[in-house]
Amino acid sequence: MIVLSKEKFPIEKEQDVILFRNRIKELATRTGMSLVNQTKLMTAASELVRNMLRYAGGGVTLLEIVSRSSIPGVRLTFIDEGPGIKDVHQAMKDGFSTGKSLGLGLPGAKRLVNEFDIKSEPGKGTTVTIIRWKNGL
Amino acid sequence: MNKDTAAYLKGKKKQILETWMGNQVKDAALRDDLMSVAELQQQSEEFLSALLNAFNTPEAEDTESAGYEPIHDILSDISITRARQGFSPRETSTYILSLKQVLSQELEEQLRGNPALLYQELLSMNRIMDSLGMVTMETYIKGREEVILRQTSEISEISTPVIRVWEGILALPIIGTLDSARTQVVMEALLQEIVATSSRIAILDISGVPTVDSLVAQHLIKTVSAARLMGAECIISGIRAEIAQTIVHLGIDLTNIYTKATLASALKMAFSMLNIQVSRAPKQNLGF
Repeated sequence: MIVLSKEKFPIEKEQDVILFRNRIKELATRTGMSLVNQTKLMTAASELVRNMLRYAGGGVTLLEIVSRSSIPGVRLTFIDEGPGIKDVHQAMKDGFSTGKSLGLGLPGAKRLVNEFDIKSEPGKGTTVTIIRWKNGL
Repeated sequence: MNKDTAAYLKGKKKQILETWMGNQVKDAALRDDLMSVAELQQQSEEFLSALLNAFNTPEAEDTESAGYEPIHDILSDISITRARQGFSPRETSTYILSLKQVLSQELEEQLRGNPALLYQELLSMNRIMDSLGMVTMETYIKGREEVILRQTSEISEISTPVIRVWEGILALPIIGTLDSARTQVVMEALLQEIVATSSRIAILDISGVPTVDSLVAQHLIKTVSAARLMGAECIISGIRAEIAQTIVHLGIDLTNIYTKATLASALKMAFSMLNIQVSRAPKQNLGF
C-alpha cells in the first residue's frame, strides 16, 4: 500500500466535525469515489469522531489517500487518549452503548467501510483505522 | 528619540494634524459612508496627542512601555471598530501609515541641516510607527474574528421555521447538521406549533441535512416520538438515495416511521391520511 497524501486534523469541539466531514468529502472526491461511497465514508467518520468527542473529549485524526494495486482509497485514523474501551468485542455489537446512544456507532461504522481496525487499552486511549476503497462494495 | 525633536513635533501638532487629515480625506480609500469626517478628526486628534506625548518620554522607542498604553488602547479601539464597520485591512492600516508619511516630512523639514540626526530620528520614528502598525493589524484581525464567532453562533441559533402547508399539516425543513442543541430548538418549535394549530401531521424534511449518522437519526426518532405523544403523526421526507443506503448499513431502524423520498410525496401521503382530495379543476376560463 502506498500513501499518496497525508494530513493531520485535530478534533477539539463540535464544530470541528462539520469541517472534518467537508475535508473528507474533498479527499474522497479527489480519488473519484462515487457519491454513495463518499456518503458512507463520511457517515462512518462522523460516528467515530463523535465517539472521540463524547468519550475522550477530542483527539487527532489522520487523513490519507492511499493506493493498493493502483486502486485509490481513503484511510482515516482516529487517535484519542481517552478512557479506552473495556470490552472491544462487546462494543462492536449492535445496540450496546455505555452512553445513551443507539449503540450503532462502532458496528455501523464497520459496516460502512471496507477495512476496520480498532485497538483500545483502558486508561490509555483508543485508535481506530478505517479504509474505504474507491470501488469497494 | 531626541528630546528637542519630540518637543518640536509637539509644537507642530496642529499642522501635522491638518496635513494628516488632509491626506486621509484626499485618500480615495476614505470611507465617508462608514464614518463621518468630524468623527475621524476627533479620533485622529486624540490619537496624535497621545502619540506626541509618548514621543516625549525617555523610553519613547519601546512601544511596550507604559507611555504607550493609552495609544494602544486608542489604536485597538479604532481597529476593532473599523473591523466591525467593515473597513478593509488596507483602509485600516492606511490610517497609521499615512501619519508616518506626515511625520517624515516634518522631520525632514526641521532637520534638513543635520543629515546624521535626521537619519537617526527617521529610523526611530519608523520603528515606532511600524510596531504600532502591527498592533493595528493584530487588533483588526481580532475584531474580525469576533465578527466571525458571532456569526457562527447566530447561524447555529437560526431556528427552523415551522410552516403550515395545509390545514392540519405542518412542514419543517431542516437544514444543516442536527446536533443536540438544534434538535431541542426544532422539537420545541414543532411541538408548540402542533398545539397552536392543532395539526395532525408534521412533515420533517431532511433534504438539507448533509450527513445522517446514528446521532442525527436518534434525534429524529426522539422528535417523532414526542410528536406522537401529542397525537400528531410525523413523516420524514427528503431521504436521498445515498442517505438511504447509509442508514441501512448503519443498521438504524426507521421501519416504524413513515418516510418518503420527496416533500411532494410526503404531502400526498398526508392528504390521503387526512382524507383530503386535491384534484385539478375542470378547465374554465378564469381570466388568468
